[in-house]
Amino acid sequence: MANTPFTPGIADQRLSAEDLARNFADLHAPYDGHEAAVAADRCYFCHDAPCVTACPTTIDIPLFIRQISTGTPEAAAKTIFEQNILGGMCARVCPTETLCEEACVREAAEGKPVEIGRLQRFATDTMMAKPHPFSRAAPTGKRVAVAGAGPAGLACAHRLAMHGHDVVIFDARPKPGGLNEYGIASYKTVDGFAQAEVDWLVQIGGIAIRRDAAIGDSVGLDALVAEFDAVFLGIGLAGVNALRADGEDKGGVRDAVEFIADLRQADDLSSLGVGRNVVVIGGGMTAVDAAVQAKLLGAESVTIAYRRGQDRMGASGFEQDLAAQKGVRILCNAQPVAVHGNGAAQEIELEYTRQGAGGLEGTGETFRIAADQVFKAIGQRLDGAPQGLALEGGKIQVDANGRTSMAKVWAGGDCATGGDDLTVTAVAEGRDAAEDIHATIA
Amino acid sequence: MTDLTSDFLGIKSPNPFWLASAPPTDKEYNVRRAFEAGWGGVVWKTLGEEGPPVVNVNGPRYGVIYGADRRVLGINNIELITDRPLQTNLEEIAAVKADYPDRAVIVSIMVPCEEAAWKAILPRVAETGADGIELNFGCPHGMSERGMGSAVGQVPEYIEMVTRWCKEHYDKPVIVKLTPNITDIRYPARAAHNGGADAVSLINTVSSITSVNLDNFSPEPSIDGKGSHGGYCGAAVKPIALNMVAEIARDPETAGLPISGIGGVTTWRDAAEFLALGAGNVQVCTAAMTYGFKVVQEMISGLSDYLDDKGMTLPELIGRSVPNVTDWQYLNLNYVTKARIDQEDCIKCGRCYAACEDTSHQAITMSADRVFEVQDDECVACNLCVNVCPVEGCITMEELAPGAMDQRTGKPVEPDYANWTTHPNNPASRPAAE
Ligand SMILES: Cc1cc2nc3c(=O)[nH]c(=O)nc-3n(C[C@H](O)[C@H](O)[C@H](O)COP(=O)(O)OP(=O)(O)OC[C@H]3O[C@@H](n4cnc5c(N)ncnc54)[C@H](O)[C@@H]3O)c2cc1C
Ligand SMILES: Cc1cc2nc3c(=O)[nH]c(=O)nc-3n(C[C@H](O)[C@H](O)[C@H](O)COP(=O)(O)O)c2cc1C
Ligand code: SF4
Ligand code: SF4
Ligand code: SF4
Repeated sequence: MANTPFTPGIADQRLSAEDLARNFADLHAPYDGHEAAVAADRCYFCHDAPCVTACPTTIDIPLFIRQISTGTPEAAAKTIFEQNILGGMCARVCPTETLCEEACVREAAEGKPVEIGRLQRFATDTMMAKPHPFSRAAPTGKRVAVAGAGPAGLACAHRLAMHGHDVVIFDARPKPGGLNEYGIASYKTVDGFAQAEVDWLVQIGGIAIRRDAAIGDSVGLDALVAEFDAVFLGIGLAGVNALRADGEDKGGVRDAVEFIADLRQADDLSSLGVGRNVVVIGGGMTAVDAAVQAKLLGAESVTIAYRRGQDRMGASGFEQDLAAQKGVRILCNAQPVAVHGNGAAQEIELEYTRQGAGGLEGTGETFRIAADQVFKAIGQRLDGAPQGLALEGGKIQVDANGRTSMAKVWAGGDCATGGDDLTVTAVAEGRDAAEDIHATIA
Repeated sequence: MTDLTSDFLGIKSPNPFWLASAPPTDKEYNVRRAFEAGWGGVVWKTLGEEGPPVVNVNGPRYGVIYGADRRVLGINNIELITDRPLQTNLEEIAAVKADYPDRAVIVSIMVPCEEAAWKAILPRVAETGADGIELNFGCPHGMSERGMGSAVGQVPEYIEMVTRWCKEHYDKPVIVKLTPNITDIRYPARAAHNGGADAVSLINTVSSITSVNLDNFSPEPSIDGKGSHGGYCGAAVKPIALNMVAEIARDPETAGLPISGIGGVTTWRDAAEFLALGAGNVQVCTAAMTYGFKVVQEMISGLSDYLDDKGMTLPELIGRSVPNVTDWQYLNLNYVTKARIDQEDCIKCGRCYAACEDTSHQAITMSADRVFEVQDDECVACNLCVNVCPVEGCITMEELAPGAMDQRTGKPVEPDYANWTTHPNNPASRPAAE
């Protein structure tokens, strides 16, 4: 441990290996059998259950919980995977407090929902250790190209493979998984789960993955459309919004997603440099993840600066509490004006904001806080979408079935219009597009 | 997924889960929805004779026993047989059966104990195309006061007589539904068998009062300040039903008589237990009434997975436990076990201690820092601590290997089976004096 949280500037090895290991362990430890039994017992097996309606992939929650109760977690897992083949990842990363668990009738009754996410993890973990539970329909001879191996692309590919089609996934990155592999906070998906999940998923057969193969570079969309019976685009949001503050180019100013990707790919967390004073600009899940992980790496102080009020933050109440619990300060109604420093960032200058007649405006009152590292987490945007597709609000325009403006081309997940930008939504959209592709080409 | 296709008396259904004759099967609307949810068959709500239908009370018909968290453990009811016109029911049965030829549709009947009454209704039931009939000799309230239901089921001679009439006037399978409100279930089962029944089904509900209102002193459910005994069903009656099924399954006089198991089936596991004890299929009422028709989906997935795991077919499960049901006197007295507490799993609640110290054999010690340990020299292996421990698997019963010292008796465990019939303390086992 060469450094401490008080070492100035950006430095690695601020914490001991043991502290890092503890900090980046599973956020919620998996249930053991007893915990799962007690948690499952609380479910009322509601009719037309509100939790199911709140799940973007419509998992039959009461049924799978009952299957856990009766000692058949594998049947429970199958119930989950039938609707959501990335049910394992979703069990870890879904903001359940704004989805199924918020809708659970026991949240209304007692302020304590059935812990659906953790039960889902209990069930899916048992099945991931077993052979893949689904088999393919008879081969159809049809071939589908999927661009992007994120949750949307993987869910689409799996469903198509199940229907007997052959799928080739092209991904720009060296590893499949999309943000499951490069974006989600490490403590939500420990022990290489993202890759293990992809490996397990492709056991169905009929799915080939081409790595380092961005659509647009070596292979164009036109070529795919010509070669395949259908194309699904699940390319996510590869671009990052600019800060538009002076000094944005100074050393130490980075995109939060890039920092997180480095962190997720690091073999040795102590090799990662992190500032003594870190400021994260933004108010969503990415901002919280970057801030919390910077703190866990040993930054002395971490501040999230968000330009609107706390009630407008994209991060859920649970995420905000997590940040506060880890010692991250959340500063609201403050927008960046400039990053100061001689080459490298030293301070960030912020201006208070208020709601004016024409929208959000600066009050003119500015202040500075120490910042040797600044993370930009002000939203991702579509980047490198193939030419010729109609866009809407900066995303690929799709209809309810995921069809784009181009014949034979479907899209889903973050890159497409509709739905929240969540893993589970991407899965639902990928799956549903696959069903529509199947109905179209079969 | 092991195939759950069931063949009961030649009646095929996609799974062995039938809805019992009760409100869930009282009309076409319900039965169609039940079939859509996955039920393999139904026994239609009991039909009575032509004429003005029976009337039900217009106040509450159910009482309940709850477990923790208001979990329904048992329900008691004072409902009668169907209160809808006979013709309406018959037309609906015919319509449902025509649309669901792959599902079992059985018609439950209860008419007065006169041959003419049975002779009148049976051809009309036959016309519906239903797969068989079930004779309701079980209902313990209301109808029994009119000489039907359990009033018949409690008199073996009546059972035999009515069964015989039905076999005479109806060609398809006749199932006789038995009441548990009797001292020895084998007698009515034998009577049904002698009368030519194709199968027996059991149990119907158990006569009961679930609770008393301590303000107006009426039994519940209370009808204007008065209550009547009703029929108890649900998870709470399963042990009674399992025993009765097993008694019939192992009675040499009724050996091979098919049984439809009823009483408290709530999960796949309950169903598997009935099947293992000799039931050819199961019928369910309270679980559906508590959780809705969808509850069958867990039963289907669970039973199928279980059979997969065991590499067994459904017919191979049926009756598998029957040879293991025996009389107390044949139990192996040289089988010695001791309770074992897994200290890792123990949460130190002390329930095992309270149970053993106060009501059993003082075989568990408690240290000042709440470590609970079994003393082998006192443990008689009664199992009470296992039963009351809140953590499943925390206390287990471990068998002592032959030759190992039983600290309680100070004797090594004998390797050979020996039971009460040969035990020296048994007066009957002493050789007769010369
Ligand atoms: C930091 C962060 C944390 C998050 N945390 C959560 C969370 O806790 N819970 C949650 O539900 N959601 C979370 N999200 C959102 C979630 O990760 C996304 O909604 C989800 O991954 C979207 O899936 P997708 O398949 O549409 O896109 P992505 O996961 O982004 O996958 C897109 C894939 O396409 C590939 N690609 C891009 N361009 C091309 C191209 N031209 N050709 C070929 N391949 C291409 C990329 O390499 C990538 O593999 C988080 C997002 C971020 C950024
Ligand atoms: C409200 C109610 C009405 C019932 N009506 C009948 C009936 O008409 N005919 C009959 O044979 N059994 C009737 N039963 C008994 C059930 O068919 C079944 O035998 C009993 O409830 C035990 O099964 P269970 O524990 O799954 O509920 C009735 C049970 C209930 C709860
Ligand atoms: S809402 Fe809650 S209690 Fe009801 S089925 Fe869903 S998880 Fe169970
Ligand atoms: S369950 Fe339905 S019919 Fe029965 S008392 Fe309640 S509302 Fe009335
Ligand atoms: S009942 Fe079980 S958990 Fe409680 S003290 Fe005894 S062994 Fe431990």
